[in-house]
Amino acid sequence: MLEIKNIVKQYSNHLALNNVSISVPKGSIFGLLGPNGAGKTSLIRIINQITAPDSGEIFFDGEPLKPRHIERIGYLPEERGLYKKMKIGEQMLYLAQLKGLKKADAVSRIKYWFEKLDMQSWWDKKVEDLSKGMQQKVQFVATVLHEPDLIILDEPFSGFDPVNAQIIQKEILELNQKGATIIYSTHRMESVEELCDYIALINKSEKVLDGSVSAIKRSYKNQTYMIAYKAKPGIDFQATENSLFEIVTHQVLSEEMEMTVRIADETSLNDLLLFLIERIEIHQVREIVPSMHDIFIDKVTQISTPLL
Amino acid sequence: MNKIPLIIQREYFSRVKKKSFLLTTFLVPLFFIGMYVGIFYLTKKSFDDSHSVVHVVDQQGTVAGLLKSNKNLTYTTSSIALQKEIENLKNEEEKTNILIVPSDFYESRRVELLSSGKPNITTQNEVKDQLKEIIRNSEYERLGLDGENIKKIDDTIQISAKELGEDGDAKESHTEVAMGIAMALSVLVYLSLFLYGAQVMRGIIEEKTSRIVEVIISSVKPFQLMMGKIIGIGLVGLTQFLLWLVLTFALTSVATTLIFDQQDLSAQAAAQSLQGGNGAAAAQGMDFLNALQSINVTELLVCFFLFFMGGYFLYSALFAAVGSAVDSETEATQFTMPITMPLLLTYILSFGVLVNDPNGTIATWLSFIPFTSPIAMLVRVPFGVPTWQIAVSLVILIAGFLFTTWVAGRIYKTGILMYGKKASFKELIKWFKYKS
Repeated sequence: MLEIKNIVKQYSNHLALNNVSISVPKGSIFGLLGPNGAGKTSLIRIINQITAPDSGEIFFDGEPLKPRHIERIGYLPEERGLYKKMKIGEQMLYLAQLKGLKKADAVSRIKYWFEKLDMQSWWDKKVEDLSKGMQQKVQFVATVLHEPDLIILDEPFSGFDPVNAQIIQKEILELNQKGATIIYSTHRMESVEELCDYIALINKSEKVLDGSVSAIKRSYKNQTYMIAYKAKPGIDFQATENSLFEIVTHQVLSEEMEMTVRIADETSLNDLLLFLIERIEIHQVREIVPSMHDIFIDKVTQISTPLL
Repeated sequence: MNKIPLIIQREYFSRVKKKSFLLTTFLVPLFFIGMYVGIFYLTKKSFDDSHSVVHVVDQQGTVAGLLKSNKNLTYTTSSIALQKEIENLKNEEEKTNILIVPSDFYESRRVELLSSGKPNITTQNEVKDQLKEIIRNSEYERLGLDGENIKKIDDTIQISAKELGEDGDAKESHTEVAMGIAMALSVLVYLSLFLYGAQVMRGIIEEKTSRIVEVIISSVKPFQLMMGKIIGIGLVGLTQFLLWLVLTFALTSVATTLIFDQQDLSAQAAAQSLQGGNGAAAAQGMDFLNALQSINVTELLVCFFLFFMGGYFLYSALFAAVGSAVDSETEATQFTMPITMPLLLTYILSFGVLVNDPNGTIATWLSFIPFTSPIAMLVRVPFGVPTWQIAVSLVILIAGFLFTTWVAGRIYKTGILMYGKKASFKELIKWFKYKS
């Protein structure tokens, strides 16, 4: 859907984007991650043609990105804003028309969304009379009103209570199922795992990681397992010398004990189990897969110590 | 698709529909009419109030009989002693005066006027006029002249000053009226350039602080948004002028018909007290009307329209650049001050140098410089300016606003996305240099 190639953006005294290349597959939900000030907003602004890159190219659906593509993109900026004194209905109509929608179409779509999100009575209200969460809802609808093929959401859940966040998440997934490609920029990692198929991580103006969420997680697995067990009487397996694994943590709970172990590179889980079965009573074994959160922290802080 | 019309539409209607717009549009003419009626009413009232009683203590003996009571003054010849009269005066409630005519009045030509309150100027003048008349008559008699015949002599002189035009035709020149119109135009243009320029700036600051600007410029180019706003607000300004013009004319004519009779009455009253005064006033009125007719209203309106629009585009583009660079109006002051300096300077000069010497070197130069010409040229137009000068000045003005719009557009484009950054002139220059 979107092919970003070698984008460089230089501001007067700092480099905002350094040779960033990202590929956003059609129909995916693409997580654009990175800490504050990493360059996410700069990149999003370039995709929206608000600013131009110093060098590099962007292809939209195979064609070089042109002003006419703007009508196929919906953008929800992190810094939300609406005309405070303007009526909601008029405001949506205006924003939709700016995106090239005809007035009649815009009206019918606004009505559709108002009904869908239970906002019918808002048409004649002014933005300043709405709560912050309600304003966010309005802004979300304004973003998707013209049925864009590419929807760019910058922190779409900030300012929503859990109930409304759920509603919006449902809408995002529905839009995605209907074929829209979604770029989701955030630093809230838990939602990334729930929503995203692909991610790209930007840190200090550079892309440090990208790929499908499952592949990334797979590559970050590091042979670590959690094992809950009960010790067999008379055997202190911890004292046994072995080359199979090392115990990373160990704790004694009321009924059982729990430990995390990392097995050596050439060993398999089976080897570990064979060894343990003779010595302890295993209650539970679970592979520890690093969360996106952990991967994010690891990549961003650039600490080379192993993950947990 | 070009989206500027959409933006213009929003900018225009969101302002025109505002209560404050309707309020100023309808209240300003009402205010002027109110002033007009108010002044008239007060003048009339002061006429009515000026009626006073004058007790004449005539020590000379013949004067009291020659004084004539009229609408404003009632003379009574006092028979009681002066001291008693003064005592009475202190207790009077109505305006009362004592006129003491000394026995040597014809020689010394001095009288005393004692009043219960502050001595009224109208009363003083009336008494003085009547006493003069008495003196004059007595002098005519002494010199053996026929007073009645002398009064019949008509010494009215009218000067019709004409200006020799380039084509050799003499046309009537009415310098005072031209000056009045010139100064009125100067005030109007100065205030409205500020008013609407500041509206452009405020609109941009609003979009920037409410962050909607990012949504908008993901749909349209920043330049389109800026131009849409400038044109939209310009149209609001023109609408307001047009409504003011129509309303003022309508209300004035209504007001004039309603109070015409009373005006007539007071004019008669004035005529009674001031001999010949009515005639002079009428002549002056006619003069004024003639003068108004001598001004080419169409030329004036066309010039006003062109130079106001030119000046508006030039300055509002600068205001737009300032609005994009700051986060609040208070912060904007440091930029608007230097930008509007030339305007302020011309405005101040327009009351002195420009109206006194509308074709002088300073006036001519100022009417060509695009930053000052919207005021300077409009001040000169009522006095008559060669068409080529107007044309050249307009062309320079258009070039000027194209230039400022270009500069402003570049600053604007960067400025609107810079949140919370303290802008300085150095910063602005840097933004201007950013490549697109």
